[in-house]
Amino acid sequence: MDKDDLIVRFAGEGGQGVVTSAEGLAQAATQTGYNAQTFATFPSQILGGPTWTQTRISVNPVLSSGDELDILVCFNEQAYLNHSNSLSPEGVIVYNSAEFELTDNDSAIGIDFDELAKSTGNTRAANMVVIGALAELVSMKQDILDEFVTKKFTRGRSNDQEIIESNIKAMGLGRNEVKQRGISIGQLNPSKKPDYEQVLMNGNLAISLGAMHAGVDFFAGYPISPATPILLFMEKNLPAKGKFVFQVSSEIESITALVGAGFAGAKAMTSTAGPGLSLMSEGLGLAWMAEIPLVVVNVQRGGPATGLPTKTEQSDLMSTMFPAHGDIRLPVIAPGSVEECFHGAVTAVNWAERYQGPVILMSEMALSERNQNMRKPDLSKIPVEKRLVNMDTNGYQRYGQSGVSPMPIPGGPGSYVANGSEHDGIGDTTHLAERHVQMTHRRWNKIKVLEDGDFEAEFTDSAIALVPWGGTKGPAREAFDSLIKSGADIGWLYTMFLNPLPPDMLALLKQKELVIVPELNYQGQFSMVLRSLGVNAISITQYTGLPFKVKDLVERVTEQIESYKQGNK
Amino acid sequence: MSAKNPEYDFKWCPGCGDFGVRRALESAIQQRHADTGIAIENNVVVAGIGCSGNMVHLLEGDQPFGIHGVHGRTLPIAMGVKMTNPDLNVVVVAGDGDFLSIGLEHIGPQAGRNLNVCAVVMDNGVYGLTKGQSSPTSEIGMITSSTPYGKVEEKTHPLSLYLTLGVSYIASAMSSKVKDLATTIVDAMEHPGFSIVHVQSPCTTYNDTYELLKGSVKKGIEPQAWAIPDDHNSSDIRAASDLLSRGGIPLGLLYKDTTRPDFQSRIDSMTNMSGSKSTQDILDMLAI
Ligand SMILES: Cc1ncc(C[n+]2csc(CCOP(=O)(O)OP(=O)(O)O)c2C)c(N)n1
Ligand code: SF4
Ligand SMILES: [Mg+2]
Repeated sequence: MDKDDLIVRFAGEGGQGVVTSAEGLAQAATQTGYNAQTFATFPSQILGGPTWTQTRISVNPVLSSGDELDILVCFNEQAYLNHSNSLSPEGVIVYNSAEFELTDNDSAIGIDFDELAKSTGNTRAANMVVIGALAELVSMKQDILDEFVTKKFTRGRSNDQEIIESNIKAMGLGRNEVKQRGISIGQLNPSKKPDYEQVLMNGNLAISLGAMHAGVDFFAGYPISPATPILLFMEKNLPAKGKFVFQVSSEIESITALVGAGFAGAKAMTSTAGPGLSLMSEGLGLAWMAEIPLVVVNVQRGGPATGLPTKTEQSDLMSTMFPAHGDIRLPVIAPGSVEECFHGAVTAVNWAERYQGPVILMSEMALSERNQNMRKPDLSKIPVEKRLVNMDTNGYQRYGQSGVSPMPIPGGPGSYVANGSEHDGIGDTTHLAERHVQMTHRRWNKIKVLEDGDFEAEFTDSAIALVPWGGTKGPAREAFDSLIKSGADIGWLYTMFLNPLPPDMLALLKQKELVIVPELNYQGQFSMVLRSLGVNAISITQYTGLPFKVKDLVERVTEQIESYKQGNK
Repeated sequence: MSAKNPEYDFKWCPGCGDFGVRRALESAIQQRHADTGIAIENNVVVAGIGCSGNMVHLLEGDQPFGIHGVHGRTLPIAMGVKMTNPDLNVVVVAGDGDFLSIGLEHIGPQAGRNLNVCAVVMDNGVYGLTKGQSSPTSEIGMITSSTPYGKVEEKTHPLSLYLTLGVSYIASAMSSKVKDLATTIVDAMEHPGFSIVHVQSPCTTYNDTYELLKGSVKKGIEPQAWAIPDDHNSSDIRAASDLLSRGGIPLGLLYKDTTRPDFQSRIDSMTNMSGSKSTQDILDMLAI
């Protein structure tokens, strides 16, 4: 049987090689021309603890991490007990026979990963034993894997050759175990590398690189899952003359430091998650009021308060869009893939500079640790914007005009007070009604310069549209493709620019009789926002801490379409 | 700016200590402009929320840049400004409530980094702007609008607190001695690190402490304030701590440590260690 697609889950205990095996498979697959996506979960304890990572590889672009497993790799017995019910009926289990024995299962293959690795003289090659076994199960040719290993371990060291050979040998040993059992799950069709260059990275890294490209030169942050890797990346890679990066003492310190930095001319950024975002409320309001460019990356996790720090959810939409008291609605960009994380980060910095105010880039746990292949960005073609700077020396009024106006930078002309209290043109506090009206209009008018976001639209003639946001884009798209294949009458509208929405997209949304928004929260937050804009939107919600399964979405969207049709009869 | 701005309607009460602090700050900025050529627009005044913070709108003459932010966050805002452009002279102006109550958490970290900014704290032992509630420096037992039966907590001792937290320059002053205060502010601005000038700046409306500070022979009131003797060794942290144990309010330079690197030099030496890679370099490393 031919297959286009392979879904493998690696489960075990933290430290057993779950993540390295899963990422190793993704690397091997992308190097050999497949597309890949990983989905990682984390144990809540520091060392050990149950954990699993899923890798899906395909000849087609990978949209979701996949519902049913073709192969489950169990590093211990607990993993088998927890995950065997996710296996497809034709699925196969590969398990670590040093840990436990599965005697009554015909499609379970016991392999002593570590012992076999040891026999190659390279104890670190256990993940290659696993990958070899997987390759054999789907009849993947060895020559492309040899090429991958050779490339990976050619590092200019004297023992390169030795390591390459032991890794290849380890794969062979894994393959042998499968051959001996005579088990196969079909042939994975070969895939060709695209004719453009690609990179493999996760969402947090993509955001960090996008920010670097956009010229971020001030970064302050406080550690918090799942955003910490962005801070760590910046601390390692951003330092350079004229650039500042630092772990500060709280999110209150981060956001207010960003206000000072943005005021003084920096492109300032921080990264955080829900609890940190809550602490940033007042500072974000200050940036809005005083018109200070800055970017906050919010990598969503689950639940209010400390909630579910290591799970995924899309429940911060309201608190990112409306993070503070007073009339305020922040620009929000919510990428739906690793590639969009990169481009979204560049745009977030550009937007902050362009409209001179705070912008939120909203990611989510499932994207942050997701490794995915993407087209390598051609940096020379991705524009980087800088704010308008005031050069007027003659009694310039910083807040004098009605829209975006050149910003004075300390050290240059046009001194003013950047004021969080309502103010007049030079930034002095005022309580005059007409001034508050004027300044309120000024602040809201500025948002218009951000109405250039792009969006995806397909089957726009349909009266119903599926409109996912953020990381739900992938599973929703897969569900959409399958609905279309089965003849459903439904359209597709998607953007990562949640506020302001691209005006043309909003116009299309308003024409729909029904807009279905799949989202990972209880209240249906994006459909609440859409309804407030005059769109007839309803949500399909899930709040398990995990992403949607495609099959659930297909079922639930179909139900909605059916009940809509019933209602129209 | 207020003199020329009819729209700006905030005024300090007659006799408010903040008037003196304002004059001292104006003349410190002017004097450094004259002496060292630091342009006025290279000064940034970061103001807290309170009667005291309104100073940023009340400065007369050539205007520095200012930020009038949110309550309690002057120090991190100042850090953002200073670490973006180390050439700027950054001054914090804040009240005792702003700096020592809601903003207390920010003093320790900046002391540890030795952020090169100068904080001028106007201590009136009360929340002026919100109309007379108790503050960390109000005396125990004091009746205020929020402590109708007397303040319950012991008062904070700001100078010993700063010393304990490792602030590298600590001076204590009186708002009514404008010339001394101006000289002190210049000295503090020139200190290469975190400096605090803690000023007794009485609130004539809610906590008039002029008499207590200066004493009254007629009423037999011993002055609380006393001058730090000339022979005090301000580089000796033990001597500073001994002085504080005498009680009352010492006026003058309490402590000054010029041996510690400031935040910028710490960052610079870290930067030298990083082999900085460009976005392109990293993308190339990730290529499939
Ligand atoms: C987060 C927040 N809480 C409370 C307030 C209200 N508030 C404004 S000023 C102030 C206290 C001012 O006291 P102080 O800092 O001593 O300044 P003073 O007016 O005495 O100069 C308070 C509580 C506020 N603006 N923001
Ligand atoms: S209330 Fe007190 S602190 Fe405020 S202006 Fe009046 S005297 Fe000054
Ligand atoms: Mg006060």
